[in-house]
Amino acid sequence: MPTAAPVEIKRPETTEVTGLARPWKVIVWNDPINLMSYVTFVFQKLFGYSKQKAQKLMLDVHTKGKAVVSSGPREKAELDVFRLHEHGLWATMEQDT
Amino acid sequence: MTLRRHPPVWRDKDGSYRVDLGAEDRALLRELPMQLRQAVAANPKDEAFRRLFPPAYADDPRAEAEYRSLVGQELSESKAQALETLAKTADAKELTQEELDAWLRALNDVRLWLGTVLDVSEDEQDNEPEDPPHILYYVLTWVQSLVIDALSGDG
Repeated sequence: MPTAAPVEIKRPETTEVTGLARPWKVIVWNDPINLMSYVTFVFQKLFGYSKQKAQKLMLDVHTKGKAVVSSGPREKAELDVFRLHEHGLWATMEQDT
Repeated sequence: MTLRRHPPVWRDKDGSYRVDLGAEDRALLRELPMQLRQAVAANPKDEAFRRLFPPAYADDPRAEAEYRSLVGQELSESKAQALETLAKTADAKELTQEELDAWLRALNDVRLWLGTVLDVSEDEQDNEPEDPPHILYYVLTWVQSLVIDALSGDG
């Protein structure tokens, strides 16, 4: 049986280097309504963080006013923000400077 | 011998969740989510709901408008669905994990709404006003804590 010759696929040249180079970060801000235990639970549930890591991030939010909870390409950051908003957390995103 | 007592919301051996709450608490869980749902549907841009729909792009109105047009509808529907699940299952003695997760999000949204209207602040923990709307808020906070404990395996 003849084997098909591998077809060489030409990938389009990537020109948008700038967008890839700087990741987006997702920030959660402190607010007086969301419970500390709830915020910890949501970080564990959405990002699969250990209880310890989730608690540390929650305390950062609580004491410093905000914390970066995830980062990555723009689409991922938008999805993370969406899921945080679904859970009622005060989340925003911005590009790393 | 002491009888082992369950908290009011707990995870059973079969993986389902059990709810043992009083009639008054359940009435709140039935009525408040529907009130919120109707109020949001009537006027989603009301200041009282700003915590339910915070901006993703705080400093970029154009990116924010684009993002909102992409996912705004989906977010509203997701929240409406959770509120409806809570209202519909407010009298249930047994819940699936999915239903209890809807309880968790819906309770939080009702608290975000009430807390915004009442202008709750963090130092109120030492000095809790005891008027009826604040008491509603505390009851919801209590039920939400029970749900968090049950879902995290601490219940």
